[in-house]
Amino acid sequence: MRKRRSLFWHVPLILIGVTMLLPLVFMGVTALAEPGHSMQAADSLLDFVLPHSWRWQNFAEVGRVIPFARFYANSLIVSAAVTAGMVFTSACAAYAFARLEWRGRDAVFTAYLATMMVPGAVTMLPNFIGMKILPDLLARMMPWINWQAQRVLGTTLHDPVVGRLAGIDSYFALIVPVMFSAYGTFMLRQFFLSIPRDIDEAAEIDGAGHWMIFSRMILPLALPALATLTVFSFLGIWGSFLWPLIVTNQTELGTLPLGLLAFQNTGNYGTDWPLMMAAALLILLPIVILFIVGQRFFVAGAQAGAVKG
Amino acid sequence: MNRGRERRHRRAAWWFLLPNLLGFAAFTAWPLVASLLLAFCSWDLLTPPHWIGLGNFFQLLGFHRESGAWVANDPHFWQYLGNTLFMLLSLPVNIAGSLALALLLNRKMRGIGAYRLIFFFPSILAGVPIYYLWRWIYNPDHGLLNQLLKFVGIAGPDWLGSLLWAKPALMAMGTWMTIGGSGMILYLAALQDVPEELHEAAHMDGANAWQRFRLVTWPAVMPVTFFIFTMGIIYGLQSGLDAAYVMTGGGPNGATTTVGYYIYQKAYLRFEMGYASAIAWALFILVLGMTLIHWRRGRQGLG
Repeated sequence: MRKRRSLFWHVPLILIGVTMLLPLVFMGVTALAEPGHSMQAADSLLDFVLPHSWRWQNFAEVGRVIPFARFYANSLIVSAAVTAGMVFTSACAAYAFARLEWRGRDAVFTAYLATMMVPGAVTMLPNFIGMKILPDLLARMMPWINWQAQRVLGTTLHDPVVGRLAGIDSYFALIVPVMFSAYGTFMLRQFFLSIPRDIDEAAEIDGAGHWMIFSRMILPLALPALATLTVFSFLGIWGSFLWPLIVTNQTELGTLPLGLLAFQNTGNYGTDWPLMMAAALLILLPIVILFIVGQRFFVAGAQAGAVKG
Repeated sequence: MNRGRERRHRRAAWWFLLPNLLGFAAFTAWPLVASLLLAFCSWDLLTPPHWIGLGNFFQLLGFHRESGAWVANDPHFWQYLGNTLFMLLSLPVNIAGSLALALLLNRKMRGIGAYRLIFFFPSILAGVPIYYLWRWIYNPDHGLLNQLLKFVGIAGPDWLGSLLWAKPALMAMGTWMTIGGSGMILYLAALQDVPEELHEAAHMDGANAWQRFRLVTWPAVMPVTFFIFTMGIIYGLQSGLDAAYVMTGGGPNGATTTVGYYIYQKAYLRFEMGYASAIAWALFILVLGMTLIHWRRGRQGLG
């Protein structure tokens, strides 16, 4: 009786699981298809789950459309730098909000939180304009450096990557404006609040400075929360699309989601879908690996926003 | 608290806040002020901006008489606002779906952890690669959906190219991406906090499954529902830009253009910086208003 009941519950679970996975399987099957062959009509349902060909070259050929390795490097540089910056600045601010006592603290924190409701579109416009005029501004302040010039920022296999030190077409524009997060501060503050008070009070009486307490006691205790923020920040920046789209004109400075745009209309008849899906899978690969390694941080991150303050 | 300690705390707080505060001032606070000023200007980035007062807002929200009828000054905005609100209708569906999945997963059974991971998986992949995947799935001739429909003898439409189906197609994709995401995880955690005795007591009193859900489960997960709804409104009103850009270009005939995508078009394609700022602020006020209304009602509902 018990056994039969549990079997009964497997039916909807399997059906939903298949719905969740089928699009991804279709993605894999397409990525391994011969160019043009994905267009064939399927003869049986099995055609959706079993590749009719195993064309692994597709994954190598994505480099034919764009300098894929360069885009990968860009995405890794930008995601790693933003994540490091965000975790550091958020942790510092969270320490001030959670472990230090100063007048006006709660008012400042509320103002911080309120900005999370501001649509990204509101602040993105002036930030875009800011990046546009930044080189001229800097040139006026520091004329001994040529801020407007395009210079070599790296290389692809064959060509140099050109861009500026700051402003449109710079790593600065891709990294710095997106590095400061009220959400990260909020999340870490919640966690810091849960650490017992007597730890830092005892250390303070022993004469330890706040940097010491922060870096030697609070941060090690908060490692799970830091890992959660790391995973979430990385995930967000890895997939971010609009900001890189508007602050880069040079193709070679693009991040991976932008690179994917180039796969439209590459085939003889519109989009070469096997190539597109192969590229898409390569972009998702780090996320999948990250998920396998640290899935509990993903789950924790999904819950983090809702903890009562 | 002694005064020395207080002073040390204040000085330390200043240094700890500084990095974040600098970035916050440069990339959030100042842009917020700047965009508010811009909303009252006309600026194409080439000639200097000039102040036009409420001109942008009259253009955006105003109406004028034309051959005896009231016509919107910017009919596009109202159409795109309608699109945005229409697509927000999937929010209750997604929330109900998340709750249903959590209820399914909330039992001790072999393999339940694997199901949870599979349900959760699409939500972490969401982004441009997945938008392209769905564009391919919705491909009229060779996509997965129409090929599957062919097996049951239905000739599927050109999903993303059809006035009727484009919006539901994007909404279905959104459901696939979010239903097993953070909402489901939050519900699952809330369900596991409901004391077993409550269910047993209700059972003893002769409550059937539906009544037990209404009287025990639903009130217990109410805070989670409230939270997901709030976030869903805030996020949903701004969303749709990336998907529209990648999958439909906002078409057909503007059917999938949301307010967020309209701002993008005005700002970065037409360089109407002042007008785009005005739309962004209108959106901001809409987000605030709807969130406040929802909070008011939530307070009453939560008791």
